[in-house]
Amino acid sequence: MLEVEGITKTFPGVVANDNVSLTLNQGEIHCLLGENGAGKSTLMNMVFGLYRPDSGTIRVRGEEVHFEDSGEAISRGIGMVHQHFQLIPVFSVAENIILGNEITKGAFLDLDTARRQVDALAERYGLAVDPDAIVGDLSVGEQQRVELVKALFRDADILILDEPTAVLTPGEVDDFFEVVESLTGQGKSIIFITHKLREVLAVADRITVLRAGQVVGTTTAETATQQSLANLMVGRDVVFRVEKAEPDPGKSVIRVEDLRVTDDRGVETVSGFDVEVRAGEIFGIAGVEGNGQRELVETICGMRPAIGGRVEMLGQDTTGWSPRKIHELGVAHVPENRSKHGVVAQYSIADNLVLNRYNHRKFSQRGVRNTAAINAEAKELVERFDVRTPGVEAAIDTLSGGNQQKVIVARELTGDLRALVVAQPTRGLDVGSIEFIHRKIIELRDQGVAVLLVSAELDEILSLSDRIGVLYRGRLAGTVEAAEATREELGLLMATGAQS
Amino acid sequence: MTTVENAAGIAGTSSQTRLDRQSVTGLVFGFLGVALIVGVAPAISSSSRRFNFEPPPDPAGIGFDPPTWVIAIGVLFLLTAALGFAPPAARQWAGPARLFSALAVIPLILVLSLALSDNPSTNIVNLFNESLVLATPLALGSMTGLWCERSGIINIGIEGTMLAGAGIGYMTYATIGDAQSTGWLWFSILISVLAGGLVAALLAVLSIRFGVNQIVGGVVINLFALGLTGFLRSEVIVKSGITTGVGTSEFGLPLLSKIPVIGDQIFRGQPIYWLMYVVVIGTWVVMYRTPWGLRVRSCGENPHAAETLGVNVVRIRYQSVILGGLIAGLAGAWFSMESQARFEDNITNAAGFIALAALIFGKWTPWGAFGGALLFGFSRALGTRLQFLGVEVSGFEIPSEFLQALPFVVTLVVVAGAVGRSIPPAAAGQPFHRSR
Repeated sequence: MLEVEGITKTFPGVVANDNVSLTLNQGEIHCLLGENGAGKSTLMNMVFGLYRPDSGTIRVRGEEVHFEDSGEAISRGIGMVHQHFQLIPVFSVAENIILGNEITKGAFLDLDTARRQVDALAERYGLAVDPDAIVGDLSVGEQQRVELVKALFRDADILILDEPTAVLTPGEVDDFFEVVESLTGQGKSIIFITHKLREVLAVADRITVLRAGQVVGTTTAETATQQSLANLMVGRDVVFRVEKAEPDPGKSVIRVEDLRVTDDRGVETVSGFDVEVRAGEIFGIAGVEGNGQRELVETICGMRPAIGGRVEMLGQDTTGWSPRKIHELGVAHVPENRSKHGVVAQYSIADNLVLNRYNHRKFSQRGVRNTAAINAEAKELVERFDVRTPGVEAAIDTLSGGNQQKVIVARELTGDLRALVVAQPTRGLDVGSIEFIHRKIIELRDQGVAVLLVSAELDEILSLSDRIGVLYRGRLAGTVEAAEATREELGLLMATGAQS
Repeated sequence: MTTVENAAGIAGTSSQTRLDRQSVTGLVFGFLGVALIVGVAPAISSSSRRFNFEPPPDPAGIGFDPPTWVIAIGVLFLLTAALGFAPPAARQWAGPARLFSALAVIPLILVLSLALSDNPSTNIVNLFNESLVLATPLALGSMTGLWCERSGIINIGIEGTMLAGAGIGYMTYATIGDAQSTGWLWFSILISVLAGGLVAALLAVLSIRFGVNQIVGGVVINLFALGLTGFLRSEVIVKSGITTGVGTSEFGLPLLSKIPVIGDQIFRGQPIYWLMYVVVIGTWVVMYRTPWGLRVRSCGENPHAAETLGVNVVRIRYQSVILGGLIAGLAGAWFSMESQARFEDNITNAAGFIALAALIFGKWTPWGAFGGALLFGFSRALGTRLQFLGVEVSGFEIPSEFLQALPFVVTLVVVAGAVGRSIPPAAAGQPFHRSR
């Protein structure tokens, strides 16, 4: 169906794709696997006509094409669902779907016919969407279905799906895989971009792995294993199970008693939570998202007031303290919401790296910032934490998500720490970055820091924690020793709040 | 999960703000209602007044007793206030009641000003017609803004675009044409329209091609037009010796203008006034009923999404901004060749900015913006009318400047409570760069 041959694309300072070749056969699911920044999306944006390759050829059904814009790609039967949905929130589903390929009656839009066609497509491929709903009101899973119907409406038989599962909940992911299978069953060919190994093995027919803009391997799902794919992707052996020594817990560092907190709407989401984290141990909090994790972490770190109970750190009652005061006690916080609480998007990497210490004597004297000292510190941290960046003075929003997270981790893990509160530390990151951040957290624990880890990824909780607590409806439903914990037991606790 | 929660969070916050606005509006109406019934009604003269429907002599009309009306409107206000705090079952009536009460402010001002004046009667049909006519440049200007902003370009240069249209059109009329010929008049109006398009094209190039900040671009247009037309007036128009022209002539709509009493006042008017309706209706039809309109709206909301569907965002934005400019040029012609038939410096007198206010007031929809234009047109007409009536409060004649400003202030404050927050197109003001 589609052949890409010897494609090279450079952006100023970066070779995004270097002599990349790929073929897609009729009716197959071809996974394009690679770390963030490996050039997967760039390649697909060229196939979809958004970028023009510097050299190389693209053939669709054997015919060479040179797309000027995505309209031409669409007319050749190529459809793309972008990682960030390309939808117009204030338009209805039907309007979103027909935009660019409008159905008309005379000079006017024919929304009635559009509605009928959307319904027919939805029926045929099992993609339930209401053509009259306003897109902004839909859930992420529903918006994704709209994107798929949008491509199918344009008679796409080559579908490019860019990280389609990144935004979905586990239940939605299963539904999505069913849809994908039904699409290939009806003759569509699919390129599936991802960096999640489990998903690749679940749905792919063939797999192409990209690293640093080059194809490093093509294989099939039958012959590949998670380990072999991860090694290809990262370029070295990847350790899935984090190696760590036996814990050596010391005295209590974080103690939370009968804590009660409300969310933004005034609903009590943490209701009587107790926990104690000792020096030199990692306490993992598992739980389905929305059970009070966010409010719990924000309250411990001073960002949200408690309505009852108390938080004690290093023997002091810190309930109601400001974030800075808590920080100065030696408590670091890697927040869940990277862009909102983790970085200042427009600031440079260097400024982001000293956000929590900009006022220390080292970086400012008599109200004047010492740029040289800040940049020197930043260069050292960038080096030590393996942040991939052209320079420390670039704005942080030019970095990929994984590298932004490394900047946050670098900033928070520097200094004289006693406690660390981390929420979803590796969400959306690639294998290499996850491994790196996990190692850093273990290192701190071995130095005697008390770590409170909140994560929705059960694998992460299981591999890092020494003790595991399950948060269910704002309470600690149970605590288990990590060595004895099983996925089944934790899953049951997360779902029902009760031990078997 | 997270997004669902966020969505719910946002909904939660907005319902909270709405509640705040509701209770504040409720309190204001409650206070006004009590003030009208207890304070105002007993204080004003109870001698009968008249609203006339046609010019003298012996006009048709209705007589009324001011205190009764004031009390009636006061009761309506109290009812609205009460509904704001009513149990949830009755809340569904609170919104319409607020809107109705907000509109009732208009008759209230009329009744009060007539009651406080020496004149026993005034022609309200004529007042209504004046409002519509004065709304013409505002409605046209707000359509200009609508086309620009819906495509993603903020245009605060509407004022300058109108002024350039007015000046260049009149200059054409005064110099090239024979100042008495209708044919040349129409040619000059066409030149006004084209001049507006040309000025808008300048804004388009600045903001689309060069990515200049759109507010700065608009300010440049306004200053440029003021200087240019001032120069043209002193150096060309004045020297041509033709400082006043004839202006377009009125005509009545067939059949409708034959309706007794009101037909001759409402359904007679000048051509640009009638064109205004064509432009408003046309804007609505094209924007909401045609593929091109859908694309324009998509460019103002999420140009990158539009691009992935093969929509040429750059071209759509050029087209929309220039179309807006043509409309602003027509509004300019209204000043110099229909309403006044001459050209003065700064003849548009901030109409372009009021048009922007009407657009925002109307929440970036054609009919909403038209409603806003009508409201401001009415405010202008009423301000002038109040001057004629000479309103006195306990022997002290209120200064005319204050009377002219009063309707604007009152309508804005009251209607702000009934209309609420207005959300602009998401991508308005953001430069767009094609992917490469």
